[in-house]
Amino acid sequence: MTLPPFQVLIDEHRVDVYRFLRASVGAHDADDCFQETFIAALRAYPRLRTDSNLRGWLFTIAHRKALDSHRARNRRPIPVDELPATVGEPLLNGGEPELWRAVSELPAKQRAAVLLRFAGDLAYREIGEATGTSEEAARRNVHEGLKKLREVWAA
Amino acid sequence: MTTLEEILRGSDDVGDAAARAAERAVASARALGLTDVSYAFEPSPVGELLVAVTARGLIRLAYNAHEQADTVLEELARKVSPRVVEAPAALDDVRRELDEYFEGRRTAFDIPVDWRLHDGFGRRVLRATAGIPFGKVLTYAEVAAKAGSPRGSRAAGNALGSNRVPIVVPCHRVVRSGGKIGGYTGGVERKEYLLELEGVR
Repeated sequence: MTLPPFQVLIDEHRVDVYRFLRASVGAHDADDCFQETFIAALRAYPRLRTDSNLRGWLFTIAHRKALDSHRARNRRPIPVDELPATVGEPLLNGGEPELWRAVSELPAKQRAAVLLRFAGDLAYREIGEATGTSEEAARRNVHEGLKKLREVWAA
Repeated sequence: MTTLEEILRGSDDVGDAAARAAERAVASARALGLTDVSYAFEPSPVGELLVAVTARGLIRLAYNAHEQADTVLEELARKVSPRVVEAPAALDDVRRELDEYFEGRRTAFDIPVDWRLHDGFGRRVLRATAGIPFGKVLTYAEVAAKAGSPRGSRAAGNALGSNRVPIVVPCHRVVRSGGKIGGYTGGVERKEYLLELEGVR
């Protein structure tokens, strides 16, 4: 067993990684996060165990970059006249601003789990790997997060 | 009706944005020296070529119609580095020299060859082959002799058959004694084309 050419990872996962990052950090920061994700991945790639789940590993990095971006966003001073109605900038994902605000207000683990599941199209096992939890906890985080979002969505 | 899950998934038109972001990521990675093997597909008069370079030079050239790109790239990942990325900008020099060669404006390549995919007798045979000038041919026996093995014409044939950088290491300039053209990695019709280009036949 050897690692496949890195281009295979780019070709197979770039759309899902991009989709996950756009949902996580908004269209504006998605490009930078995407670039940081793939550069970090390429840097570490030759030392990766050949039996690793490459998709899970790649999303682990994407998830960390999204967290970094969230932290930076919360530290960034926001001009008073642009202060959003809630804590944290509303995510720039087109329509449904109420829903996306609710997404950004989910606890980090739940937000990550929900977006890895539905934007990244990951299996629960891979979500667990990416967020450092068990498959069961990943399933629970998706469930709990989705329940909160449904309350906003149904209202 | 749109479901919550569909909204979370987002619109489907991210393909282009993802492709552009990936190109930018590869360009940045290249600037950081993280792309050990860069490749691109290049059109040519003898069909599409897969061309790959490293920091040391040209490491691979494959006739795309004759070899599976996946197999070619997997060998590079296994033997050189798994950091193999598609980066056409890294191939600018090679592309220019190949274009000039096919237009008849270049008789020798300046790009260095990265010999890492060859070793032992095979490498000696190919290095001897690299010294055959434009428009000249040698027989398998003559190349074997130059590589230090006068009776190794069959082994020389095998080595030439596994040439990883055809055209630039001109194995098409090695023919059978008695005027027969002999085999070629990219098929005999390509060998004939290249020899005609060089005014040999």
